Amino acid sequence: MSARAKRGGRGRSVRVDYLARVEGEGGLAVRVKNGEVVDAKFKIFEPPRFFEAFLRGRDFTEAPDITARICGICPVAYQMSAVHAMENALGVRVDVALRALRRLLYCGEWMGSHGLHVFMLHAPDFLGYEDGIRMAKDHGEVVERGLRLKKVGNRIVSLLGGREIHPINVRVGGFYRVPARSELAPLEDDLRWAVEAAVETVRWTAGLPFPDLEQDYEFVSLRHPDEYPFNEGRLVSNRGLDISAGEFENAIEETHVRHSTSLQAAIRGRGPYFVGPLARVNLNFDRLSPLARGEAERAGLVPICRNPFKSIVARAVEILWAAEEALRIIGTYEAPEAPAVEVRPKAGTGFGLTEAPRGTLYHRYRLDEAGGIRDAVIVPPTSQNQRVIESDLRRFVQQNLHLADDDLRWRCEQVVRNYDPCISCSCHFLKLTVERES
Amino acid sequence: MKDRAARPPTLVIGVGNDYGGDDGVGLRVAREIGALGLDGLRVVTVAGDCTRLVGTWTREDRVFLVDAAFSSSVPGAIHRMEATDGPLPEEPLWRASTHSFGVAEAIELARALRQMPRRLVVYGVEGKTFTPGFGLSREVDRSVDRVVRRILEELRS
Repeated sequence: MSARAKRGGRGRSVRVDYLARVEGEGGLAVRVKNGEVVDAKFKIFEPPRFFEAFLRGRDFTEAPDITARICGICPVAYQMSAVHAMENALGVRVDVALRALRRLLYCGEWMGSHGLHVFMLHAPDFLGYEDGIRMAKDHGEVVERGLRLKKVGNRIVSLLGGREIHPINVRVGGFYRVPARSELAPLEDDLRWAVEAAVETVRWTAGLPFPDLEQDYEFVSLRHPDEYPFNEGRLVSNRGLDISAGEFENAIEETHVRHSTSLQAAIRGRGPYFVGPLARVNLNFDRLSPLARGEAERAGLVPICRNPFKSIVARAVEILWAAEEALRIIGTYEAPEAPAVEVRPKAGTGFGLTEAPRGTLYHRYRLDEAGGIRDAVIVPPTSQNQRVIESDLRRFVQQNLHLADDDLRWRCEQVVRNYDPCISCSCHFLKLTVERES
Repeated sequence: MKDRAARPPTLVIGVGNDYGGDDGVGLRVAREIGALGLDGLRVVTVAGDCTRLVGTWTREDRVFLVDAAFSSSVPGAIHRMEATDGPLPEEPLWRASTHSFGVAEAIELARALRQMPRRLVVYGVEGKTFTPGFGLSREVDRSVDRVVRRILEELRS
């Protein structure tokens, strides 16, 4: 990683060519002139991966397995958005038991992903450590707790998904195999421990030193009539957005900028918006369990929280809620009669919106009569957060020009890590322009 | 030969990715050793997420870990390193991971948490190609038997 901060004349720049402790390859660059921030870029240079392209011509049944490869940390999110979009296109609805199993699978992914980020990627920033390994020397008990929480989540994904990374058991209509009650029961002891450990984690994160930064964000997430959202609901915001998955592309526009290989998203006519755990907690506080809500309140995390550094507390609250939800689902689980409902191909267009660990993930597929994929659109949460990250960089640097260069650079990286960006996920789109000059 | 009952518990760990070309060599070596069904030997494979290594062994274990390496050596070259008392050297490099947590990092995390095994030996097999696909290159495939033999010799000592 190379990092530079330089001053020259009446200008100053903060630059990190290669961000550490983020998934994928990105950087940041901020320019200051005459005491004013004139430019802030969250640079993504990971090569485009063209998933939207090579999904074309594949069968609808392949979408969950292909899109799972977009990410090694959040494959379940891609599988869930894919199956829900396909089922939307094909007029399919899974039964209550299969729906519960999908939520259980997502609980596992949230715990694994949030566990990794809170303890190994983000907490070191708050405590002044270069990485989680150095932090572990002084905070061994905390890191061990985090690793064990992550493992509990990974165990759920492995058991239900058939494999920890890129699960193989998910399909349009349900699963290839569903577990017996006796197979899930051994998770209960681990999950009971996880609930207690997660309470400690919320309290621990609440005591971290939080830099000052607040903006008037538009927070966006799913909202469901009864539940803390995973797979279903309408897309809402704290500024009146309230749309179905089918209206997503009417409300959200994606644009390409030179400094990013990921498309940036904005709400048409309004601008940047903020997805992820802090948005979910802000918009669904009343849907948390009483314990999770109580611990969030005790931690000072109540709607509307506008400090993005407190995303680490929101992740801890979601680890707690996910552990409780997983226990609840296992406690009432009865194996469904069939692992999947019947699905028949037909032409149509389907839309799926689910809540990946990092925020709302949108899939849209157009199918032909035989169920072949004609085209696909995938909008990951990190793509959606790019502009708000740049906005944060701009605001944070403006407010902290008094900091020494190295400290300012470090804090800028922490600003980016507030969003737990999954850069490899964001580089999926197909936009290829060929210019031939004679 | 030492009495079997006095030998420390032993664990062979293969790390890698079967779909990453030569990145699958560690898994292949582990599977071949596992297939021998040796008494008192545990064999584990870890694909992808190296944080899983922490907690895989106990402090009493003698551990042999096998993974692909990528440095300036000849494809198929076998590197052997002791990691019990100090970090792995910068060369050879272990699999690059966009998730930022490979074998070297996992070992140092275990060290920071005071969870090192009694002994940790790391074998790295120099890879030729890591492009997506199943199957080892010819050079790496030829090294599998040699690594297996060397580990078995160490198990007997």
